[in-house]
Amino acid sequence: MLAAFVGLISSVAMANPTTDSTQVKTETAHEVQATAPTAHAEVGHEEKALTPEEEKRTKVDAFIDHHLQDSHDFVFFSDEKEGAHYGFSLPVILLDGGLKVFSSSKLHHGEAVAEVDGNYYKLFHGKIYKTDAAGTINLDEHHHATNAMPLDFSITKNVLSLLVVSAMLLFMFTSLAKSYKKGPVPTGFGRVLEPLIIFIRDEIAIPNIGEKKYRKFMGYLLTVFFLIWLLNLLGMTPLGINVTGNIAVTVCLAIFTYIITQFSANKDYWGHIFWMPGVPVPMKIILAPIEILGTLTKPFALLIRLFANITAGHVVIMSLIAMIFVGKNLVADLPISFGLTLFISLIELLVAFLQAFIFTMMSSLFIGMAVQDHHHDEHEHHDGHDFTDNSIV
Amino acid sequence: MEKLINDFSFGLFFWQAIILLVLIFLMVKFAWKPIMESISAREDGIRDAIASAETAKKEMMNLKADNQRLLDEARAERDTMLKEAREIKEKMIADAKSEAQVQGAKMIEQAKATIESEKNAALAELKNQVSGLSVQIAEKLLKGELSDKSSQTALVERMLEEVKLN
Repeated sequence: MLAAFVGLISSVAMANPTTDSTQVKTETAHEVQATAPTAHAEVGHEEKALTPEEEKRTKVDAFIDHHLQDSHDFVFFSDEKEGAHYGFSLPVILLDGGLKVFSSSKLHHGEAVAEVDGNYYKLFHGKIYKTDAAGTINLDEHHHATNAMPLDFSITKNVLSLLVVSAMLLFMFTSLAKSYKKGPVPTGFGRVLEPLIIFIRDEIAIPNIGEKKYRKFMGYLLTVFFLIWLLNLLGMTPLGINVTGNIAVTVCLAIFTYIITQFSANKDYWGHIFWMPGVPVPMKIILAPIEILGTLTKPFALLIRLFANITAGHVVIMSLIAMIFVGKNLVADLPISFGLTLFISLIELLVAFLQAFIFTMMSSLFIGMAVQDHHHDEHEHHDGHDFTDNSIV
Repeated sequence: MEKLINDFSFGLFFWQAIILLVLIFLMVKFAWKPIMESISAREDGIRDAIASAETAKKEMMNLKADNQRLLDEARAERDTMLKEAREIKEKMIADAKSEAQVQGAKMIEQAKATIESEKNAALAELKNQVSGLSVQIAEKLLKGELSDKSSQTALVERMLEEVKLN
């Protein structure tokens, strides 16, 4: 899975042959876009050097890469020949010397320059850059735009997906909560949801955090579990959203876990970080920075795990589907592609649950480590009082 | 890594943070709290119900044991009563028997005594009558003997003979 991902990155890099740091006019910018990893109508216009097969592969790579990215409009599918995109525009909110709000239709999927209050904006590689009336994009030698970037608070595809999923969660679980008013046993869809809640409580929260303290963290754990799971599952639908495979989202989730862990931590936990008990003083000094770093690596592992798993899943599934388009023999490729995609999709269904489970599990584990009473210390106090006295001297 | 950092969108992060915060707040208030409370209330209810069923079962067992004990006691009492009654009966029979024997022996004794006295009386009566009869016979005989002279002389002689001999 990782190999596919690495291959994707390298092929994307190969697809951008322009290396000079030059000022390019709108027409050249279009040309750049043509080779850029975005699925557009003009792809391959200028690139006569590529064979049709290579061109196809580049297009597939570009499409997959584009799918993994967030986007300023919700496109379900595009008609390549007519250059038409079927979907809907989303609001763009920019913070650039004042709040600028406009529809993403003004950007025309990166094909036009949007003029708002005398400022010009252009979409380049899925990001909004400030530009002039002609839509000039300055590029450095790594093919990165050097234009100023306004702070982008747009309601992007991922933000919209998050809002929709949040609304779904609210609807599902408030109706479950209401169903308890009628009787002690939920009816309908609640029967499916309730065992999951009990599963989170009995298999994740209580074993990791402890019977006494788990209740405080159940709200966060349940919310995060169902949010990640539902987003993972929606990511497998042809809607083409990829929220949990976006680094910003996983960073945010991990930061939440980190903050909750640090703020609910007790004296024991901080004691173990800054002044490890039971080791000589020089070791205490050496251990402190390691332990502090350790608190950061935990949420980092959390965010990378979720991001990498979901991204890899999306890449593999889309690559397998793309076999149909890249291969020469449709009759032979179709069943292979179809079968493999079906197989991987089933695995991804499991992964969707598993990643949500692991994220919640790890979060509760970290919280549990921060809030638990260290039993071995108590044991020491009870058992060997003289020993602890000696160690203080 | 550079690509990752490049992909990081602060706007999305910002919205995600706000959405997550609001979602957690709303979910806790409107969903998780009532749901968790209902579930734990239900579980407590079930636990209580099981516990009370257990106590009821135990009480039933106790009651049953009590009943059995009472029954056993009653049965034992009945058995002792029966036994006592039997003993009393046997004792009564034995008493009656011995009493009857004693009484019978006494009666027989009396009857024997009566019979003895009756016999003696009858014997005495008989003796009297026999002596009277023999005197009358002797009188008649003597009268017959003494009616002629010879026979009277013969008798006196014989009597004298007998006296001489003595």
